[in-house]
Amino acid sequence: MDAYREEDYNKGFDLKLWQGVFNYIKPYKKELFTLALLMVGVAGADVIFPLMNKYAIDNFVVVGDLEGLIGFSWAYFGLVVFLATTVFLFIEKAGEIQTKISYDIRKNGFEHLQKLSFSYYDKKAVGWLMARMTSDVKKLGDTIAWGLVDMVWGSAMMVGIMGVMLYLNWKLALITLIVIPPLVLISLFFQKKILKAHRGVRKVNSQITGAFNEGIMGVQTTKTLVREEENLREFQGVTSKMRGQSVRAAIFSSLYLPIVLTLGSIGTGLALWFGGEGVMLEVIGYGTLVAFLSYTVQFFEPLRELARIFAELQSAQASAERVLSMINTDPEIKDSQEVIEVYGNILNPKYQNWPKLQGNISFKDVSFSYNDEEKILQEFNLEVKAAETIALVGETGSGKSTIINLLCRFYEPIKGEVLIDGVDYRQRSQLWLHQNLGYVLQSPYLFSGTIKENIRYGNLKASDLDIIEAAKMVNAHSFITKLEKGYDTQVGEGGGNLSTGEKQLISFARAILAKPRIFVLDEATSSIDTQMERVIQRAIDELIKDRTSFIVAHRLSTIRSADRILVIKDGKIKEAGSHKELLVKQGYYYNLYRKQFNEI
Amino acid sequence: MKNFKLLFSFMKGSRLLYLGAILSVAVAAFLSIINPLVLRFSIDNIIGGEPFEGPRVIVSILDFSGGKEALASNLWVMGLILIGLTALQGSFLFLQGRWLALASESIVKRIRDALYDHLQYIPYGYYSQRDTGDLIQRCTSDLDTIRHFLAGQFVEVGRIIFMIIFVSSIMLSLDLRMTLVSIMVIPFLFIFTFIFFLKVKNTFEKVDESEASMSTVLQENLTGVRVVRAFARQSYEIDKFDKKNREYRDLTYKLVRTLAWYWSLSDLLALTQIGIVVVFGVYWTVIGQITLGTLVVFTTYIGMLLWPIRQLGRILTDMGKTIVALERIDVILSEGVEVKSGNEITPQIKGKIQVKDLAFAYENEEPILDGLSFEVEAGETVAILGPTGSGKSTLVKLLTRLYDYNKGSIKVDGVELKRIRRDWVRKNIGLILQEPFLFAKSIKENISLAKVEAEDEEIFKVAKDAAVHNVILDFDKGYSTEVGERGVSLSGGQKQRVAIARTLIRDCPILIFDDSLSAVDTETDAQIRKALKRRNKDTTTFIISHRITTLAQADKILVLEDGKVVQSGDHEKLISQEGMYREIYLMQSGVKDKLKDKGWGGLNGCLS
Repeated sequence: MDAYREEDYNKGFDLKLWQGVFNYIKPYKKELFTLALLMVGVAGADVIFPLMNKYAIDNFVVVGDLEGLIGFSWAYFGLVVFLATTVFLFIEKAGEIQTKISYDIRKNGFEHLQKLSFSYYDKKAVGWLMARMTSDVKKLGDTIAWGLVDMVWGSAMMVGIMGVMLYLNWKLALITLIVIPPLVLISLFFQKKILKAHRGVRKVNSQITGAFNEGIMGVQTTKTLVREEENLREFQGVTSKMRGQSVRAAIFSSLYLPIVLTLGSIGTGLALWFGGEGVMLEVIGYGTLVAFLSYTVQFFEPLRELARIFAELQSAQASAERVLSMINTDPEIKDSQEVIEVYGNILNPKYQNWPKLQGNISFKDVSFSYNDEEKILQEFNLEVKAAETIALVGETGSGKSTIINLLCRFYEPIKGEVLIDGVDYRQRSQLWLHQNLGYVLQSPYLFSGTIKENIRYGNLKASDLDIIEAAKMVNAHSFITKLEKGYDTQVGEGGGNLSTGEKQLISFARAILAKPRIFVLDEATSSIDTQMERVIQRAIDELIKDRTSFIVAHRLSTIRSADRILVIKDGKIKEAGSHKELLVKQGYYYNLYRKQFNEI
Repeated sequence: MKNFKLLFSFMKGSRLLYLGAILSVAVAAFLSIINPLVLRFSIDNIIGGEPFEGPRVIVSILDFSGGKEALASNLWVMGLILIGLTALQGSFLFLQGRWLALASESIVKRIRDALYDHLQYIPYGYYSQRDTGDLIQRCTSDLDTIRHFLAGQFVEVGRIIFMIIFVSSIMLSLDLRMTLVSIMVIPFLFIFTFIFFLKVKNTFEKVDESEASMSTVLQENLTGVRVVRAFARQSYEIDKFDKKNREYRDLTYKLVRTLAWYWSLSDLLALTQIGIVVVFGVYWTVIGQITLGTLVVFTTYIGMLLWPIRQLGRILTDMGKTIVALERIDVILSEGVEVKSGNEITPQIKGKIQVKDLAFAYENEEPILDGLSFEVEAGETVAILGPTGSGKSTLVKLLTRLYDYNKGSIKVDGVELKRIRRDWVRKNIGLILQEPFLFAKSIKENISLAKVEAEDEEIFKVAKDAAVHNVILDFDKGYSTEVGERGVSLSGGQKQRVAIARTLIRDCPILIFDDSLSAVDTETDAQIRKALKRRNKDTTTFIISHRITTLAQADKILVLEDGKVVQSGDHEKLISQEGMYREIYLMQSGVKDKLKDKGWGGLNGCLS
């Protein structure tokens, strides 16, 4: 939930940022122009209505003549229809712009996320990215479309009203308009305060959501540690804060309205005083007085909108900053221009140019570190022949996973090179390698959908028969058919409806369907009961057949069936050889093995 | 209605504030309709030549203050009255806002606290059938719907009602025909608004659903990023997301278009109504049946009535949402909590446990424990092995009273477990889970959860015993490292060890490790077990594990299958018997193959 926490921002106007936003606006220049025009129309109609009343009073009431009233009625109705039509059109237009721009940004953002490297994902939490792609984009799209609406309408209204007032009677207008400057200042002040207070509320609100989340997810922990009272006390602290902040925000809003109303009424009072005197001296008509009285009331609405928009622009800018910084992040691992020309990119792969991957792999003097400080690998060398099975053994932090990450090109070496079939893999596209890669994670991840769809993820063109075949190969078929809906069973979000072992088997079936040339398995340490373990072992044997395989191994049976075991320590190959060879050697592996499996 | 009763009960303590807020609304509404009357009076009676009329008192006051002439030469007085009235109205608006905020936020806080507290005491079994997301949604967004209603719309409805009453009675007192003309379109507007929002409700829901389903695709893509990349499915994912993104865009656009129809049509109706008032008003003024001031009053009033009515449809449909939200919250609040019977006791616990013919079944399911019996002396270490579904975890939950058993008995130091108070049981039986939950606090706070007052020394000591002290010191911020999204994410093994530490901090006479060393390597596992022995020899310890090396050193090993103990004894005894224990032992140590494997010789000596 922390990811939804609002970040503080107090920067001024950032021109460069808005230039970035402008790229998304550009395709809709025409629409925005139309929208602005429509808003001027709406504001115009809004300004004309009091004038209609003035006309009626001066030309009918004061004169005492009804001639032309029918024509006036039609004109009035015509104006009503005009206004209603422009209202329809502007809402529709703004909606179109808002939804289209948001769509564009999301599309662009998502495509970019598909290109970003793992180093980025390792640093950013999913919630953090989600917040950018959802609420921030929404905010930005809303502000661009509706902000323009309010801004154009508000300004046009102000200019229109002021213009008409000045035209009707410039002296009276100047007297009445005295209230405008303080209105502007107070509106800006309060809208900023209100917005800030609301931000505070949202901050605490996300804490509350987080607290509920923890309370529910951690209910067993709470119960077993008997933490109920302490938890409630902490929670009450947060809810008290929430109440305080919310009341504060509400009080700002409820202060603003009365103040603005009163200030506005000063304008009305002035209009009544001076206008009334004018009427009595017969220098001002009744109609003009009435029009002035309604304009002074009408004034404050556009002002409030303008003040709100200016205050909101600041938070829209923060949203823009967050979204654009994500989209503008350069992926650390990129295919070079030459590579893209030959092999294509993720959207347009040029399969016809892809060489067949045999599976010979070599690490040549590879050095690597995640953060420039600590070298995880230093001049690491390894030769693997096609179809060989390599087991990587070693303690946590020894560098096993790094070797896998480099092999899969999830990261690239800082120095040295990784050759696949004798060619540095940076000279081929990432997609080429990944299409040939079967990678099964320690904690298998499934997408929501049916079992069938999840297996098909390995090969989108696979037929149902292929899928069943693959499931059979990894012994998943029997448990799947036992389920009520068989292959059409929904796995739930993240595969939540299945046990870990079952998920593992499905992820194996998925991998086998991809017919990878290189297979990588990060074996799970989590405890699966013994029967399941046997099933999984047989599945693994099936998977590693005839393909170059790398296994970060924990299970003895896996280790023993490998062609070569590499014992990794501090980023170096400490020992290498078959299980038998290493035992005879009575070295590090022998000790490790003894400790792990024969401690008794 | 039942739900509003619930709401009403939460209002306790804030009812006066609410009353105050509603009264302020009434006064403010009343004052807001006085202003146009002041204008009318100024236009007609002072500026124009109409004679003073109205209640005799007011007329005489006006006459006394100098009559029309004095007022006409001092027109600023009328302006001042206008401003004064507005300021007064403003003050009441402020009072309304303040009291309303205080009242509604207090009510919401009460409901929030009640929900949180209630959730903590609902029996554990409830959670296994619930979706966390759904519960959180009830506690947050449903509550927000209620808050929205309480803080705004509730009073807004009141304002509209007051306005309608005040405005129509004044209108009627001014001119009957004008009044009828002024409200002729209003019923249509009202019906139109209401029907529209009822109809559009579906579209709102569809947009929400579509947004949620788009978020799910996004979230799964981000969470499963490794799978996406490993299968090179980027373009497939882009298409998948684009489909949802498009759907969401089109639905939102459709919604906005529908709203555009609403606002423009209701504008049409409302403005037509004003137009009717103007035209008829002008006609009647010209033929001398009403005054100019009255015309101005009516045009002002009609605007005051029309704009809130346009919102009314929205408010009424939102009220429907509020009722649903109240129902959803009530479902949680009326869920039963862990029962406390009055005569539960809190005896000193040493750690002897006798389980006899224990049977348990989850609701509507096959029995999971079926005649389980065993005994453990205080200070003994008992290891439990069994396949998934054999009842290990259920046993653990019964021992900590997360569930209560149906048949048989569990005695702790001779006392029936059910008779001991729940929190006392849990304070004395420390349970460490396989996938422990850590709170988004610092590591130090996580360790001292069960003993908030613990000194640093104590915290370091238990962390050392749980073999996690050095790991923590390796973090940049050491013990102050925040756990969770913003902080460091700990590995499974590190989490397990922190969980062990936080359980150790309260010296429990009985400890249960529910497979809670599974993600820790064997060496550390052994180290922790050694530390435990060193800590307190008298602790009764249960260790559930699939790892023979972890189980082997226990005083007693129980093998569970189908809810019964099928084998028991120490390691030596069990490996000499046919059975699951031996089978797994052989498999894990690879002895089966050893016999046929000559290169194995070197290791022979290690096997006792």
